[in-house]
Amino acid sequence: MKHRSHSEQHSGKRPRVPAAAASTSTSPQDGMEDKTPSKPRELTQNPLKKIWMPCKNGLPEKHISQRKVCMTNCPTLIVTVGLPARGKTYISKKLTRYLNWIGVPTREFNVGQYRREFVKIYKSFEFFRPDNEEGLKIRRQCASAALNDVRQYLTEEGGQVAVFDATNTTRERRETIIQFAEQNGFKVFFVESVCEDPDVIQENIVQVKLSSPDYTNCNTEEAVEDFLKRIKCYENSYETLDEVLDRDLSYIKIMDVGQRYMVNRVLDHIQSRIVYYLMNIHITPRSIYLCRHGESELNVNGRIGGDSGLTPRGKAFGKKLSQFLETQGISDLKVWTSQMKRTIQTAEALNVPYEQWKVLNEIDAGVCEEMMYEEIQDHYPLEFALRDQDKYRYRYPKGESYEDLVQRLEPVIMELERQENVLVVCHQAVMRCLLAYFLDKTAEELPYLKCPLHTVLKLTPVAYGCKVESISLNVESVNTHRERPENVEVSRMSKEALLTVPAHQ
Amino acid sequence: MPGELTQDRIQKTWERSKDDPPANRRAAGAPHFVNPPTVIVMVGLPARGKTYMSKKLTRYLNWIGLPTKVFNVGEYRREAVKNYSSYDFFKPDNECAVKIRQQCALAALRDVHSYLKDEGGQIAVFDATNTTRGRREMILQFGSENGFKIFFIESVCDDPSVIASNIMEVKVSCPDYRDCNKTDAMLDFQRRIECYKTSYQPLDPDQHDRDLSFIKVIDVGRRFLVNRIQDHIQSKIIYYLMNIHVQPRSIYLCRHGESTDNLEERLGGDSGLSPRGKQFSAALAGFVEEQQLQDLKVWSSQLCCSIQTAERLGLPYEQWKALNEIDAGMCEEMTYNEMKEKFPEEFALRDEDKYYYRYPAGESYQDLVQRVEPVIMDLERQENVLVICHQAVMRCLLAYFLDKSAEEMPYLKCPLHTVLKLTPVAYGCKVESISLNVEAVNTHRDRPEDVKRGPGTLIRRNSVTPLTSPESNIKKPRIDDLDEAGFSELPPSVSSPSLCSPSHTPISLSGQNLRRNTSALH
Repeated sequence: MKHRSHSEQHSGKRPRVPAAAASTSTSPQDGMEDKTPSKPRELTQNPLKKIWMPCKNGLPEKHISQRKVCMTNCPTLIVTVGLPARGKTYISKKLTRYLNWIGVPTREFNVGQYRREFVKIYKSFEFFRPDNEEGLKIRRQCASAALNDVRQYLTEEGGQVAVFDATNTTRERRETIIQFAEQNGFKVFFVESVCEDPDVIQENIVQVKLSSPDYTNCNTEEAVEDFLKRIKCYENSYETLDEVLDRDLSYIKIMDVGQRYMVNRVLDHIQSRIVYYLMNIHITPRSIYLCRHGESELNVNGRIGGDSGLTPRGKAFGKKLSQFLETQGISDLKVWTSQMKRTIQTAEALNVPYEQWKVLNEIDAGVCEEMMYEEIQDHYPLEFALRDQDKYRYRYPKGESYEDLVQRLEPVIMELERQENVLVVCHQAVMRCLLAYFLDKTAEELPYLKCPLHTVLKLTPVAYGCKVESISLNVESVNTHRERPENVEVSRMSKEALLTVPAHQ
Repeated sequence: MPGELTQDRIQKTWERSKDDPPANRRAAGAPHFVNPPTVIVMVGLPARGKTYMSKKLTRYLNWIGLPTKVFNVGEYRREAVKNYSSYDFFKPDNECAVKIRQQCALAALRDVHSYLKDEGGQIAVFDATNTTRGRREMILQFGSENGFKIFFIESVCDDPSVIASNIMEVKVSCPDYRDCNKTDAMLDFQRRIECYKTSYQPLDPDQHDRDLSFIKVIDVGRRFLVNRIQDHIQSKIIYYLMNIHVQPRSIYLCRHGESTDNLEERLGGDSGLSPRGKQFSAALAGFVEEQQLQDLKVWSSQLCCSIQTAERLGLPYEQWKALNEIDAGMCEEMTYNEMKEKFPEEFALRDEDKYYYRYPAGESYQDLVQRVEPVIMDLERQENVLVICHQAVMRCLLAYFLDKSAEEMPYLKCPLHTVLKLTPVAYGCKVESISLNVEAVNTHRDRPEDVKRGPGTLIRRNSVTPLTSPESNIKKPRIDDLDEAGFSELPPSVSSPSLCSPSHTPISLSGQNLRRNTSALH
């Protein structure tokens, strides 16, 4: 066993003396120091993200990019194609959630919602008949209003991907969109969903369409009947993406809910990631269980990180967890842990096979590993304040940020999407990242999500979202959640910085 | 009652305490998904890039830690029939030859069987045309009898110029055409393709093959059809195949210029460049200019020395955290001597098994491979790229391109101030090493001779094989039932039926791993 004792914690990951040779010896504390530029440009370290940035006249240069998912300056417009009730909105929402989570600003634009704004009261499928000129006109207006918003979002609001969620079943409509994209310098990627199985369509209607505002004053049978007629309105004019006619377009065609895919002309990194994601998701009912390890020795001491073992209460949680899983009667449950002692000890109590993932290890606190918050405030007050200012982007010296963690956890999410019932035994920061993905939380909310010890979160996909049940297993434990204090200024008093530190030994 | 946990000293992983000696090393980075072995079956006419994809995919899978091997039926055939004379051999009505080819396929399948069952292989790539349903049916049967998953990769291409360039590049130089001029070889090969065309039954996603798992790669990656992905591995394979391309390009790998920590012989850290390191950056800028590359992308890590090096080029560049040097954990910024003094045990363990060795609170080379995998995936997508990275990272990347094993990887020579230019050719990669003639310290530490080798070092591990696959990698078919001489005299294109007499036909080819009477042949 080789964990670092507290006394030697600083002999381990020592803070790097930054910029030893960056000719100006700027320390992170000095931030962007004003220096006369020489050739080549000076580097200073961004104190928050710990990234080296070239500076001119003390101002960071802009053209250096940290590797991000969407590297081109060319935004992407994703266009769904397909008859109603083919899961287009499901795919749009899910993809948008995923892309936002991996750090690509994405928004979906659902033309149906524009239509509902326009025409407050929906009467019947008649509105969608191809010979309903009034209806056609309104629908065209809605589409163009949505495209206007797309343009606004991608050119002015910093969006990188827009998902244009509508039927787009005619080649003519798609041509209009392609022209719109060309004029604005957007790349277009089509996602078509094709499904002929009446059971799947029926199920989809019942799941999401009946609860749509269009059918609030309607009984189930009537609604289903009307919706089926609505689908009929599109069927005659539907032109599917064609291997020959559309050979120059970039697209993925999803057939029979993921049984089969046709992928054409993947142009760039982001499209390739989207294709990979769409090939991994499925809609088989299942639940994902997230929890942290049982209470650890270092938890009790109020220390972060480290690789300590479980306390007696932590071990009791392991047993309770084992009983809980039995009562759930889950078929083929997969259990995943990190490679840290405390999650493995927790999983061992379950007496089921489990898999260890290094990427599930807790956030690396770098030089602050195994310290108490009080000690961090004492040794690195500036670091502590910076973390409170932007906890998502803040990188520990020689360690990681939540942003780093999300990148590290992406393969776990991808594999979770592939799997059915899974229990993930992980850590506070890791669990927050995973949870944020499933609950579509922003980068600001993510680092403050409540993931207490000895509590299991059961996530079950429903309609477009995810149902969460929080199950406390009634084993006492320390609280490890530190709220953001009111005062996050560097100049704050030590007392103010420590105001929200949870009680510990 | 949960048992106590002990920590593996090399990999720093926690395991249940056992009295037994530790098992083979496992894939520490990503979980080693419990999976039945997979047979990847290539489908397609000759000269559709099947062998190219087989080899490339195998190299990738081995590198990420899945033991994989190619079984090229063509090589079994060449072994069985030493002298190829002409496409007549592939004529569908050449009954004797059909039999031989069938025997070769069976022999290869036998070797697939022992590779997956007895030798720790996880994936076998069965590289042959497999253009008929009958043949594929036989393979499916073989798979279900042995509990192997079957995944088909079909390559479809009708562009005559692509096919012609493929023939020129790899076929005319193949042993079949040793004594043949290029034009004749080209002509013969095209006839050979014709022999398969009449009986070719492409995978049919709508009816006949709708329940099979496969990917159809159409027109060299312009389009893909994917049917029934079954598991993690298949999904990864598809993602990889969708990212590779065959455009000519070069990848340049180098380390940052010499850093001040290099001068002091310190590990890791985040120091800046020494004066000589700066000189190298300037030389690199000149070198890049000389190469006159179109759209060169420059990637650096997020550490100071690599960014300073990139800065000097005056080109836009991207920073990847994934390219940062191996995390030496508690040993960061120590010299080897300090490490030896402070953590003598750790120091010795690292020499024992450098690939798997994880620094306390740090990383191993194995971890590093997992970390840089997205970089490899994106390198495959890109065209000309210069990667400015670090010693251990560069070794990992290089091992991927040159198909080096886990044993060799941590000792690959990647000196400072030297650019490696990698250019894909045929099935492999050409390497040019260009020293920019700026002096630098040597940071390469060879494995000491006298070091105790880890118990696992000589064992072929289950989880990570990175096996080099030189040409001789395939199991050579062995002939048991016939004396060698008799067999090799068998004319390659059997024109006279008398030679197909019963005494010659029941040729049984068996893999060397059957170990029957084979020792003498080695």
